[in-house]
Amino acid sequence: MGLLGRVLLWGWALAVLAFLVLPLFVIVPLSFNAGGFLTFPMPGWSLRWYVELWHAEIWWRAFANSLYVGVLATLIATLLGTLAAIGLAFGDFPGRAALTGLLLSPMVVPLVIVAAGVYFFYLRLGLVNSLEGLALAHAALGAPFPLVTVSATLAGFDRNLIRAAQSLGAPPWTVLRRVLLPLVAPGVVSGALFAFVTSFDELVVALFLTGPGQRTLPRQMFDGIRENLSPTILAVATILVVLAVLLLGAAELLRRRGQRLRGLEP
Amino acid sequence: MAAGAAARDLAREVRITGRRRRLAAFALTLPLLAFLLVFFVLPILGMLRLAVSNTEMAEALPASTRAFRAWTGGGPPPPELVDRFARELVEARAARRLARFAKRLNYERTGYRTLILKTARRLARMEPPFDLATLAAIDRRWAEPAVWAAIRRAAQPWTDLYVLAVLDLARDAEGRIVPVPPERAVYLDILARTFRIALVVTLACLALGYPLAYALAHLPERHANLLMIGVLLPFWTSLLVRTAAWIVILQREGPLNELLRWLGLIDAPLELVFRRPAVYVAMTHVLLPFMVLPVYSVMRTIHPSYVRAALSLGATPWTAFRRVYLPLSLPGVTAGALLVFILALGYYITPALVGGASDQMISYFVAFYTLQTINWGMAAALGSLLLIATLALYLLFARLVGVERLRFG
Repeated sequence: MGLLGRVLLWGWALAVLAFLVLPLFVIVPLSFNAGGFLTFPMPGWSLRWYVELWHAEIWWRAFANSLYVGVLATLIATLLGTLAAIGLAFGDFPGRAALTGLLLSPMVVPLVIVAAGVYFFYLRLGLVNSLEGLALAHAALGAPFPLVTVSATLAGFDRNLIRAAQSLGAPPWTVLRRVLLPLVAPGVVSGALFAFVTSFDELVVALFLTGPGQRTLPRQMFDGIRENLSPTILAVATILVVLAVLLLGAAELLRRRGQRLRGLEP
Repeated sequence: MAAGAAARDLAREVRITGRRRRLAAFALTLPLLAFLLVFFVLPILGMLRLAVSNTEMAEALPASTRAFRAWTGGGPPPPELVDRFARELVEARAARRLARFAKRLNYERTGYRTLILKTARRLARMEPPFDLATLAAIDRRWAEPAVWAAIRRAAQPWTDLYVLAVLDLARDAEGRIVPVPPERAVYLDILARTFRIALVVTLACLALGYPLAYALAHLPERHANLLMIGVLLPFWTSLLVRTAAWIVILQREGPLNELLRWLGLIDAPLELVFRRPAVYVAMTHVLLPFMVLPVYSVMRTIHPSYVRAALSLGATPWTAFRRVYLPLSLPGVTAGALLVFILALGYYITPALVGGASDQMISYFVAFYTLQTINWGMAAALGSLLLIATLALYLLFARLVGVERLRFG
């Protein structure tokens, strides 16, 4: 490729990266705005919106609800997803591809369909307007992620490791605990992170299944954005961007650890 | 002979062990399978059922429903059927069971709701038996065959009313399928709009994402991983945060308008938000990582020697790219484009927040009919259409790309 081509390519690539990242950082300074408008230039810097947020009980409640739903959904999704991943990795039973397709389908089915379906279903069970009901629906949406990440750590898994442990006299439980689990652990944790974020960020199902008493963080933000996009919401958004950075860092560390354990990278 | 028998025994044992292992492996997938069946598959199937469900009349007027199902003749219904129907209307009104049936009949033709409620109210003050003349005296529409045809349709166990409606079709008094009048034909428009938005977003993601993935794939992995953070960070950031960011950027006094004014490109601020372009921009921003990641991971596996070979054989760089590199990268493009298109089809939140009334996609109307107007038949019919489109594309994805490539991050 000529110099011109290289310059054009990199100019384009960097512009696209800026398009991806800059919008996230436009909102960060505005959340420290001393004024109440969401425009530049800002009259000055201040923490007033964070102070307001700190004292806003409605946001704390929403955060607590989201955390509760997220943790519950993550526990269910990770347990079920990990088991299924191990099963799919070790069993060449017939219909495995179709089963995998079915188990992964919550990733692609439009959220509004899941939301409407579960809403009608819960109306009959009396589970509408309960955080636990929401967590169960979120667990279904999150389960494919641990399934995928654990499968990835098991791809190219050397079954001789298990045979070696068995031949040295290890009972099945020890094989699981000392050989299999350490190898899949990074996949389990990163799958759990994905499942948690899926639930923590999920709005459509929450809109259908929760009432004013069970507002989650995304629901609270959605109402806020629709009514009046205030600096307080941008303060919440900034905190969520910081959270995203932390989660991304954790996921990346786990991915590298998983690769190292499998000997894919030095 | 003994050795042969031992070998056969061993083979049998190996077979049994293998079968037991496969069974154990399958058993491990059962908890997730059962969980998804209860909390994912069954609810969706239940929703599909609502699209053809027709129980309102059977719940309000059970005896008449049975009679109307048995009635096979054309023209006006026989007197005893009219009488039974009218008596049951009065009973259902007294038991407060009439509202859902009246609403259901209104879907057949606007105005039938008030017709039913008014007729029941007036009949309640009269003495049975009732005949067609009594009803026609209350409202002239009872003398027309159309209303009886509508009631007969409402009495059937299933209905194609909602499925036809989302295709801008309806049944006339003779039961033929006809297009609805143009002023009521809105759903094909919404379907076309949904597909158009998904297509535009997919093409935009491809145009933005392919060169970026190419540039990253030709860096040393260490540097590429660093820049990849730029792709992954939005991916981990809340959808609402990203949508809020675009509202801030695109608003009248927002940074983009300021920048354009500062550059002297515009005099007055542009109305950017709550317009179609805002939907395109925000959705492209949200879905771009789903394009970049699969394309990048396929490009990483393309060995540079292929392109080098083409160049050494005299191909121009453009030809080498077009004839060698592009075909090799196509599996990634297929995966990314299908994934973005599938996800875009079901979008709801982003268009709802940054789009105007004419930028809403199918999902919006599913939510609208479920939660606002409580017309579950329409919600389910629209949802079924969306589901069928999604599943067809998902099957295509499984066929062309393989579900094991369905991974994010």
